[in-house]
Amino acid sequence: MHWINALAMVLMIGSGWKIYNDEVLFGWLHFPDWITIGGEAQGALQWHFFAMWVLMLNGLAYLAYGFATGRFRTKFLPIRVAEFVVDVRDALALRLSHADITRYNAVQKLLYTGIILVIVVQVLSGWAIWKPVQLSELVSLFGGFQGGRLVHFLGMAAIVGFLVIHVALALIVPRTIGAMITGGPKVDPPAEPEAEAPVIANSTITH
Amino acid sequence: MPVRSPSPSSFRPKAGIDQSVLENNRELLADIGRRNILRGSLSLGALAMLTGCDVTNDSAVQSVLRRVSSFNDRFQEFMFRPNHLAPTYSEAEVVKPPRFNAYYDANDVAPVDGTTWKLELAGRITDKTPWNVQRFMQLPEQEWIIRHICVEGWDYIGQWSGVNLRTFLEMVGADLKAKYVAFKCADDYSGSIDMATALHAQTILATKYARQPITDPYGFPLRLRTATKLGFKNPKWITAIEVTNTYPGGYWEDRGFNWFAGI
Repeated sequence: MHWINALAMVLMIGSGWKIYNDEVLFGWLHFPDWITIGGEAQGALQWHFFAMWVLMLNGLAYLAYGFATGRFRTKFLPIRVAEFVVDVRDALALRLSHADITRYNAVQKLLYTGIILVIVVQVLSGWAIWKPVQLSELVSLFGGFQGGRLVHFLGMAAIVGFLVIHVALALIVPRTIGAMITGGPKVDPPAEPEAEAPVIANSTITH
Repeated sequence: MPVRSPSPSSFRPKAGIDQSVLENNRELLADIGRRNILRGSLSLGALAMLTGCDVTNDSAVQSVLRRVSSFNDRFQEFMFRPNHLAPTYSEAEVVKPPRFNAYYDANDVAPVDGTTWKLELAGRITDKTPWNVQRFMQLPEQEWIIRHICVEGWDYIGQWSGVNLRTFLEMVGADLKAKYVAFKCADDYSGSIDMATALHAQTILATKYARQPITDPYGFPLRLRTATKLGFKNPKWITAIEVTNTYPGGYWEDRGFNWFAGI
């Protein structure tokens, strides 16, 4: 699920940049063609409206799984301010513990919860600007068509920002990469109860 | 065996297919049996499989993308709300003049001569009598102040008036159960929309902008304005309308843009 999402997201971002270039929101910002996907505008649109289904269907399955199994509750909650402050301080001092990568620290909890919400809003603003008449009620929530475009752009910026930090940090703690590719960290048999059993090879452990 | 166009249509060659080709190749034609065609298609298929290429010279990826785009056509048809009106705006919000858009520059617009202009009708329509400007301008008008949204991402609010397309189609006895309404334009642009959109209350054959006749760059004397589709689905300088069940495509649609393009 994580990797399907990653692939769909890269396609969405790359093709979205090409679509953006045809009518920029900010005069100073054009995306160079070589980092965009789809070639011409129509190709980019075709990619965007293909990858959106992959992203949405995969995302729905992920949300259903997260809520149904209680994974969101055990992994992401609670998020405590005090823990967050301590973890940020430790992280900046490069003292953050990675002894148990099955447990998220407070910064991770906040970022992962945050990025899920951002993606949900991103999908909604995408629908709003794709269907500003059929879903006129939705687009008015974003302040009209151009408001929707702006929200969709800012959502992209937030996702790209997250991606940069997320990939950089994963590279700093290389142990997590193996876990992400194989579907989960090696957990010893007498592991704590809420840890995922290693036999369930799912790819959703998203450190 | 005479080969003729099913109806006099500006969308098909007027003279039908040139018969001399058949005469000159009668011997060859006799040689083409069903068996040969079958064998030929098989070896063509085998060749395609051997090379791993699509014979239409498209990569597999492009064919998947195109198929998803057709799926998106059907999906948009499904989510289209025939009785849902697009938001309308006040006269104070109208942008004058409207924003220009075409597949070429505003300087390259070739104005249409209103005195010789004719609107031709074709396909599944009972009364195919062509319309001239005087007659067309007498049709009942309605006005919509609606947002024009371009596939590129820009938009503006415009004030359009003209005859409602449903009213017009009913008047000329069009088959309202047909699938498509296609448009041909003086500038060789073409386009087509689904019947549900053609019958939507906010789809008009516009002749006026801000209560004045539409000026040359924006489609004089006649253009389509539909509130439920992207800008490129609104052909300008219309010279012919056809009601048909055969997918007509269009200028941008044939170049990879999504056909339904609803908003």
